[in-house]
Amino acid sequence: MRPRLQLLDPPLLDRILGEAFTLLMETGIRVQAAVAKELLSANGVRIEGDVARIPEPVIRQALATVPRTFALHDREGNAAVEYGGDKVHFDPGSSCVHVLDPETLQHRESQAADLVRLVQVAEMLPAYAAQSTAMVCADVPSGIGDLYRLFLVLWYSNKPVVTGAFSGTTTQRMIELLAADAGSVGALRARPRAIFDVCPSAPLHWTDFAGENLVQLARAGVPAEIISVPLAGATAPVTLAGAVVQHAAEVLTGIAIHQLAAPGAPVVWGGAPAIFDMRSGNTPMGAIETAMLEAACAQVGKSLGVPTHGYLCGSDAKVVDAQSGMETGMAALVGVLAGINMVSGAGMLDFLACHSAEKLVIDAEAIGMAQRFGRGIDARGESLAVAMFAKTGLAGEFLKLRETRSLFKEEQFLPSPVTDRASLRTWEQGGALDTFARARKQVAVLVGDYRRPALGDAREKAMRAIMEREAAAVGLKTLPGI
Amino acid sequence: MSEALFAAMRQSIIDGEPEVVERLAKEALSLGIDPLDAINKGFVEGINFVGEQFGAGEMFLPDLVMAGEAMKTAVLVLEPEMKRRGSQRANLGTVVLGTVKGDIHEIGKTLVMTMLSASGFQVHDLGVDVPAEKFIAKVREVNADLIGLSALLTTTMPGQRVVIDALTKEGLRAKVKVMVGGAPVSHAWAKEIGADGYGEDAMAAVALAKKLVGREAAAS
Repeated sequence: MRPRLQLLDPPLLDRILGEAFTLLMETGIRVQAAVAKELLSANGVRIEGDVARIPEPVIRQALATVPRTFALHDREGNAAVEYGGDKVHFDPGSSCVHVLDPETLQHRESQAADLVRLVQVAEMLPAYAAQSTAMVCADVPSGIGDLYRLFLVLWYSNKPVVTGAFSGTTTQRMIELLAADAGSVGALRARPRAIFDVCPSAPLHWTDFAGENLVQLARAGVPAEIISVPLAGATAPVTLAGAVVQHAAEVLTGIAIHQLAAPGAPVVWGGAPAIFDMRSGNTPMGAIETAMLEAACAQVGKSLGVPTHGYLCGSDAKVVDAQSGMETGMAALVGVLAGINMVSGAGMLDFLACHSAEKLVIDAEAIGMAQRFGRGIDARGESLAVAMFAKTGLAGEFLKLRETRSLFKEEQFLPSPVTDRASLRTWEQGGALDTFARARKQVAVLVGDYRRPALGDAREKAMRAIMEREAAAVGLKTLPGI
Repeated sequence: MSEALFAAMRQSIIDGEPEVVERLAKEALSLGIDPLDAINKGFVEGINFVGEQFGAGEMFLPDLVMAGEAMKTAVLVLEPEMKRRGSQRANLGTVVLGTVKGDIHEIGKTLVMTMLSASGFQVHDLGVDVPAEKFIAKVREVNADLIGLSALLTTTMPGQRVVIDALTKEGLRAKVKVMVGGAPVSHAWAKEIGADGYGEDAMAAVALAKKLVGREAAAS
């Protein structure tokens, strides 16, 4: 039995979907992009001004063409991330603007070199099935910022990538870069390596850019991940159930637009819903209610057979401390038990504004433990204990058993040196390091052991040519981080 | 008699009950109480209490917002009588407020608007995704003392600088103070782009606005 978490019982799940469909007819939803409006109205959706009223059958039809599963591929073309079903993968959080300096503990502006370091660390950690375009690089002009982040990740990693763009032209350039990475446009379509996050605005608003971006990605066959961000109490109903209704209505609309643009194009039921902190006005990503929202929203998506995504494992702490560990650890377990296909957010602090390679290393431990929990308890063979006792008797020397040696790695998650399981004396002799200090050492080890993947001359040249062309257009003479 | 009424007014703002506010404001008018007294000795006391309690972590954003909304009702009911008497609520300053171009985030900006108008500023809220030209036109039109620029995204923050540069270009910078706010904004950023100040939250924005118009003493 695989342990599973379901926060919504079947009647509540039905009510949530029922109210989402009611919202889309009664309140309607703002859709601004002309191309999205045309697609909807051509399919019988009534649109007045920017407000669309979408009947349930239009959405049901779109849901019917959504692929139940699809894969993201690594550079070698292996399916490395499986969207759909109950598989759970983790990737570092996206698009922060600060990095926690491990020496001074200051939050400073993130630069290309920081992103490279983070990518190297994530590349070395099996806990992360995918990379993300994790940081905005302050030393890169913002006009090419999104493209450049993707370029750096592709340059330093073999893993799939969770990414996104803030303008239509940038999306086009990023697809061009991914095609160069894949070898051709056809190869990119056949074995996509990246998925693009697309965000509606809460409440119930598909902006001009978001709508266009969705259509653009669908038509290019590039996987899209819809990230709806209701903030319960501020831009969404304060009740968790109410926020889940709004999330569903926003994502369902996105799916309708997406599938009308290109039926069968890969799309993900994703989000970063959060509660709204009534003291600070901030959106705590580490709150337990935020984790509950991710789990419940994913459950709704899963009930419709759509692959899922959620934002977990980010902490609101400012340094890598007990709060950061507590919030991340609990969230990792929720993500695994909820069966969310892609869980984004690890490594992040300060409401997703700050990344820390050290936290990423610690989070990998939490993820490893959570994934182990998710595999549950297996019977393994006909006898659970009797056969082993038959061999060892009351002497109980289990360490001598062949079964112990062959099975312990499947039974136990093996922590890295970041998790302390030494004796007191050994710990003291090792310098009495706390978690953060051990993580700093581990980052140094990982970066030291990291080897840049071989891209091949032709591919490297093609990618560099695109980037140099775009950099020159904004007056950037060198390529930071390369 | 009016003391009890003022106390009830104060409480109606704390409770954030616009219907009660309306009834009490009308009662004051029928009793011939000076509407300015009703505001300053009654309703504003409620706003101040909520503001203090919020600062102390004892009351929360919904309390703040509902008190602000209730305050609007009070002013709405009392305004015609104030006009008739030729009296006016002291305007601490005229503020033009908006979220900069490319950014559609509303909450922070709206909270600041609510608290500024509750505190006695005359606020013109231009909404979200506001281009620099629109800020400039409004500043001219209402002869603003202050301008408040909100941005929630690092990608839209530079829009605050654009507005400040436009103010300078139009020769307006010297006569209007600039406040900036939003999650990624900081004192350092405010300084870098030549703003006059940064407020961490809505209460800080009110304190800053009072300071910038030289009205710290007029806090109550």
